[in-house]
Amino acid sequence: MLWQEALISFFVVLGGAFALVGSIGLLRFPDFYQRLHAPTKATTLGVGGVLAASVLFFSLRGPGLSLHELLVTFFLFITAPVSAHLLARAARHCGVRMHPDTRKPGQPDGA
Amino acid sequence: MSNPPAKLLPHPALTLCLITVWMVVNNTLGLGHLLLGTVLAVLIPLLTRRFWPEAPKVARWGLLLRYLTVLLTDIVVANFWVASLVLRPGSGLRPGFVWFPVALTDPFAITVLASTISLTPGTVSVDLSEDARHLLIHSIDLDDAQALVDQIKQRYEGPLQEIFQC
Repeated sequence: MLWQEALISFFVVLGGAFALVGSIGLLRFPDFYQRLHAPTKATTLGVGGVLAASVLFFSLRGPGLSLHELLVTFFLFITAPVSAHLLARAARHCGVRMHPDTRKPGQPDGA
Repeated sequence: MSNPPAKLLPHPALTLCLITVWMVVNNTLGLGHLLLGTVLAVLIPLLTRRFWPEAPKVARWGLLLRYLTVLLTDIVVANFWVASLVLRPGSGLRPGFVWFPVALTDPFAITVLASTISLTPGTVSVDLSEDARHLLIHSIDLDDAQALVDQIKQRYEGPLQEIFQC
């Protein structure tokens, strides 16, 4: 049916667009820390869009409701921030080069 | 080491979660899978009981639900915002680091806060100070450090404090 195809296409295109933007961000941002923002953010909606399309496609066309894509989304949402945090932390301890305009961290107040 | 009296369900929430995950992974509502899943969901928490830290009790489920709704909306907004930053030509960004004074005391609640910060617009949590009182945040476009801290406090930390009562 047309509206189903339109809806599924919408989510595929949305997901694809965000994945693409995330990758462009990875390429364009000037330093490591800023690059980290692209995959943690833009990619969650990128994958989310494709998975939403998958849920719709297999639920509407397949034998019945298909929800295991939701798990992928869920696991992605708990793992993405943790991996980003570990990467950022490792980068900080190794002294990875920052963009020269970055405001540097001092010591925390009262520590 | 004296064990607390063995309970059949040391982590009821985990058990429920495992059953749900099992059913969703198998994409079925069949009775066979429900039984198998239940057996696993009872056995696994029992066998791994010692590895699990004492998680804080959720005091207010209604607030948790609202928190998750706010978070989901913010994640979508974050995606569009970061996308617009990526596509905007020329870099007028002012990246910077901020120390965020953490008022939460429970490790699990701090983890939730740090993950939330990483998933929401323009910020990634980078490090936690040794005494767990300060969280280092990298912001991709830092205008006013104090405003950012206030916003995180009011939007995320406050609700988390109420949810976990810590």
